[in-house]
This record gives sequence, structure tokens and C-alpha cells, in this order.
Amino acid sequence: MKTIFEKTKGLTAKPFHYCPGCTHGIIHRITMEAIEELGMLGKAVGVAPVGCAVFAYEYFNCDSYEAAHGRAPAVATGVKRVHPDSLVFTYQGDGDLAAIGTGEIVQAAHRGEKITTIFVNNAIYGMTGGQMAPTTLIGQKATTAPYGRDEAHAGKPILVSEMMATIPGSAYIERVAVNTPANIRKAKKAIKKAFEIQRDGKGFSMIEVLSTCPTNWGLTPEDSLKWLEENLMPYYKLGVYKTPEGGANNG
Amino acid sequence: MAKVLMKGNEAFGAAAIKAGCKYFFGYPITPQNEIPEYMSRELPKIGGCFLQAESEIAAINMVYGASGAGVRVMTSSSSPGIALKQEGISYIASCELPCVIINVSRGGPGLGGIQPSQSDYFQNTRGGGNGDYRTPVYAPANLQEVIDMTMDAFDVADQYRIPVIISADGMIGQMMEPIEFKERTGRSLPSKEWAATGTNEEREPNSINSLYIVHEDLEKHNWKLDAKHKLIEENEVQYEMYQMKDAEFVVVAYGTTSRIVKSAIMDMKKEGLNVGLIRPKTLWPYPYKAFDEIPKSTKGILTVEMSTGQMIDDVKIGNNGRFPIHFLGSPGGSVPSPEMIAEKIKNILGGEKK
Ligand SMILES: Cc1ncc(C[n+]2csc(CCOP(=O)(O)OP(=O)(O)O)c2C)c(N)n1
Ligand code: SF4
Ligand SMILES: [Mg+2]
Repeated sequence: MKTIFEKTKGLTAKPFHYCPGCTHGIIHRITMEAIEELGMLGKAVGVAPVGCAVFAYEYFNCDSYEAAHGRAPAVATGVKRVHPDSLVFTYQGDGDLAAIGTGEIVQAAHRGEKITTIFVNNAIYGMTGGQMAPTTLIGQKATTAPYGRDEAHAGKPILVSEMMATIPGSAYIERVAVNTPANIRKAKKAIKKAFEIQRDGKGFSMIEVLSTCPTNWGLTPEDSLKWLEENLMPYYKLGVYKTPEGGANNG
Repeated sequence: MAKVLMKGNEAFGAAAIKAGCKYFFGYPITPQNEIPEYMSRELPKIGGCFLQAESEIAAINMVYGASGAGVRVMTSSSSPGIALKQEGISYIASCELPCVIINVSRGGPGLGGIQPSQSDYFQNTRGGGNGDYRTPVYAPANLQEVIDMTMDAFDVADQYRIPVIISADGMIGQMMEPIEFKERTGRSLPSKEWAATGTNEEREPNSINSLYIVHEDLEKHNWKLDAKHKLIEENEVQYEMYQMKDAEFVVVAYGTTSRIVKSAIMDMKKEGLNVGLIRPKTLWPYPYKAFDEIPKSTKGILTVEMSTGQMIDDVKIGNNGRFPIHFLGSPGGSVPSPEMIAEKIKNILGGEKK
């Protein structure tokens, strides 16, 4: 019999703990498939965040760390400076990266740190039960924004890819989504490209992935995909924000 | 090897490199800037890496990454910067990673001042990080000890897989003294097969982690750390007993203040007053057992610290109610003079000997 689909060697046998319909699992899979396809599992060192992906170190079938909240890019810097030939990546949520860890991510990019960041933007603090994130949309309800996010009070949602693209040290920045099979394929291609940028020593790369949180959005898995499309995608525009050549293609 | 003249802060760097440390992550703060400056000059020459981080928080997390990747690594800072490192130190301690952290203390609280201080005794020995962890703390009183203790610190860190702190102050950091790199008797150190170096697809993955979500697992982990701490308490206590024979009075002091106390003791000796000194060289584990050696002739204990009194808590534990305890402190950045110390002791003794 011909095998048409095999689980990537990049993931361990441990079952994911994610809620039904949560797209964290898809992002884990395409990240590790990309590394496997590049033949770099033996060189890979992943850094897990504090957030729903806190157990990622149990799923990534490569050496890994669990970092303090927001600090993954600094930890990754330490690893990469010791082993420049390894493939070092962080996997971080929007609370982790865009709130408590803004200093670390900006400065890692600013140094042109040759690491790759998979940034999972679900517009909410998933793990702690649905509090407002810096990425929560205007009007979107959260447990700490019970009347919906008010711009006058909490500011506008942070556009991380746009910001990171302005940093001279960043080499590759792209925003993708995992809401349809076609977008998942594109997301994987982007992640693979980001790892190639690192492998080829071109500098810092980050892929922002729009993701769902059915549990804290209070929606079914299907409605979550629809909500992502109708609400997140118009504000967080998909596209390439930075390439080593300086080009951008974000529509 | 011939003695060379060195500045304290540079001696920390030289000793670290001699001990095989090729990685340093830090952030500028007075009065320890000569350490990162020295490392930025020397590490590139030996194929190592000095990196100026964006904060002390980032620096300690870079140390976490580098230590987990299997190499000897150091960071240094001063009081407010060490405050920021506490989160990282707690993670490093739980992950059982070795590293060396130098605290060239300045006065606090808050921004405080930049003069020498010992008001980080609690910060160094109790830590501000969360959880049930300990860190060995060395307190050098001269530059030869800066060299020896820094080199020891790397070995102890590797042997027990634990972050080690060196407690100094601006006085030690800035003074110049002749030092030498002595022949060292090596400890047998475990190999680092736990390190995250990339599997090369030749072994099972390693993960560096401090999360134990199942409470039985966390309990087991904490008892394991506790057993290690007990072993360190048993094996790694260091202290000096100075002029303790027939002492009528005993002073307890460490680091910079112990140097002043020694000259006060010599002055008093000339006047016929026998005063001894207990000098802890490790602040954790603390030399409680030194207090069992205090002679019966002693009438009391004076703790001298450049703080309002922090080590005095450990003195009380070691003394265990046997002798009256007194305190002399200078918490503003001034170093107490030998005269102040002698006068305090004579006052306590009620002018019996003048
Ligand atoms: C220093 C610190 N502060 C707060 C927390 C609590 N905490 C855990 S996860 C989290 C938010 C994570 O949200 P995000 O990064 O968006 O990840 P998600 O769960 O949505 O994937 C917070 C605040 C913590 N563990 N450590
Ligand atoms: S809480 Fe949200 S982000 Fe976390 S696993 Fe559940 S659905 Fe996913
Ligand atoms: Mg989130």
C-alpha cells in the first residue's frame, strides 16, 4: 500500500492538549514539517513560550527549552551564539511576544539575531482564560475588556509584522493565516522560507500566524474560522512585509 | 606563576576566562562596568562571545540559553540589575543549569547610590525569585579570593548544576592588588549530556524545562533540589576564624568590612584587648558551625555590615541564643572605620579596658 500521509518525524507521539478546533496544533505540524523537509531536525532547538503552547517542548521532536513569559528570543539568542550552526526558533503567542516580551523580540530582530520566530496571533490571552491582548480588536470582548476593547482606553491593536519590518536588522517578515487548506499551504511555505533565511545566515526571520481560540472567543471551531476571516484578516493583512532584498508584498 | 597587579572587576573577568568561560551576557551598570568591558575586549580573542543585552532580564535569559546549550557562561551586574535577573535565576535554578553571576553591590533600595554596600545580603542569599531554590554565594575579601572563588564558582556550578553568585561591592571592584593563578586541584565534574545542542538525530531530544504541572512531579523535583542543597550545605561551607583564641569579644563580618575589622582587631590587640573575627567566605551555605567554636571567654558578638543589618539574622541562627549580639552598620555607602569598630566594642564592654 502506498503511504499518502505520514505524521512528520518532527512531532513526538504525545497527543496535543489543545481545545477542539484550536489551530495551535496545525501551526506545530507545519513548523515541524518544514524543519523535517529541510533535513534539519537534528540541528533544531525550539524555545517554547508561556501561553497555551507552553508544552510545545513535549511535542517538538528536537532539543528544546521552556522559557519564561516573553523571554524566548533572549533564550534563543544564548543558544544561537553558542551553536551558530543550529536552527534555533521560538514559538510565541501574542501576549508572550507583543506584551511582556516586546523588548526581547524587538532587540533580537534589531541585533539581526539569526533565529526564527513563529508568532501565533489569536487576539487574546488563551491560556489564562481570555483576557485582553495587545492584539485584541477594537470592540472585541475579553474577560478584562467586558465592554469590548475601547481605543481611547487601551489603544489600537498592535501590528507586529508591520513594526518588525521597520527594524533594520530583520530579514524576513511575513503574515499568514491557517484558516483554509490553501492558506495552510502558504503558511508552511512561509515558515520554510523563514528557516531557510536563518540557515543561509541572512538574519532574523518571523512569521506571524493568525490563529483561532474557539474557547475564549466563545465560538464553535467553524465560526472561529469565519470570525478570523471576517475580523482578523481585514485588520491584520496577510503578506510579505520584509525580505532580505528589501521587497515587500502585502497587497 | 608570577604575581600580577590587577583591578578587582578585571580580576573577575580574567578568572572566568581562565576557568574556561567563553560566553558573557550583560548590561551596563556602575560599579561593575569594567567586567563587561574586559569581557568585550578579551572574549573575541579566544573565539568566545560577549554580547551587550538590552536589559538585565534579557542578559540572564541569554545566560539561560547558553548554559542550557552546554557551555560555561557568566553575567555580572549590580543591585538594581540583579533585582531584574531574579526571574531568570529562579528558572535557571529549577532547570538545574550551571552559571556564574557576579553582584558588585551598590546601596539601595531603589536607585540608591553607587558607593560600596552590603545591603544585598538578602538578595544574594535569599533571592527575589519565586520558589524553593538556593544559590551558593561566595564573598571574596581580597583580589586573590576574587580569582580563586570565581574559578571555584564555575566548578561548583558544574558539579551541582546550580547558579552560583559572587557577592562583592564597589570597593572590591575598584581596588588593585597583586594576584596569581594558582595550581588547582580539580573536582571531578559530570558531563553535560542533558544539554540542548541539537540531537544530530543520534539521541532522544533533551528539553530544558522548569514546568511540572502534575503536583507529585513538582514535589519530587523540589525534594531532589532540596537533597542537592543539603549536600552543598554539608560540603561547601567556607569561613575564616581570625584571632579567635581567648577572644573576649567576637566580630562577624564578610567581604570589605572584614578587612576593616581585621585592622581594628590589630589596633585593639596593641591595647591589650583580645577580639576575634568570624569571616564567612560563603554566605550560603552559611558557616553556622563556626559559632560552635567561639571560646567561653567571649562576652558578646558584634555584627558589622554596610547595611542596616541583614546577615545578623544568620548570626542569630548560628549563635543560637548563647551570646549577646550587637550591631554596627553603615547603610549609606560609607565604609566603617577601624576606630568606629574599636570604639563600639569598648563601649559595649563598658569601658573595662581603656
Ligand atoms: C511572568 C508571568 N506573568 C504572567 C503569567 C501568566 N500567563 C500565562 S500564559 C499568559 C498569556 C498567554 O497568552 P498568549 O501569549 O497570547 O498565548 P496563548 O495562550 O493565547 O496562545 C499569561 C499572562 C506567567 N506565567 N508569567
Ligand atoms: S484556550 Fe484558545 S488558544 Fe488555548 S488551546 Fe484552547 S482554543 Fe487554543
Ligand atoms: Mg494569544
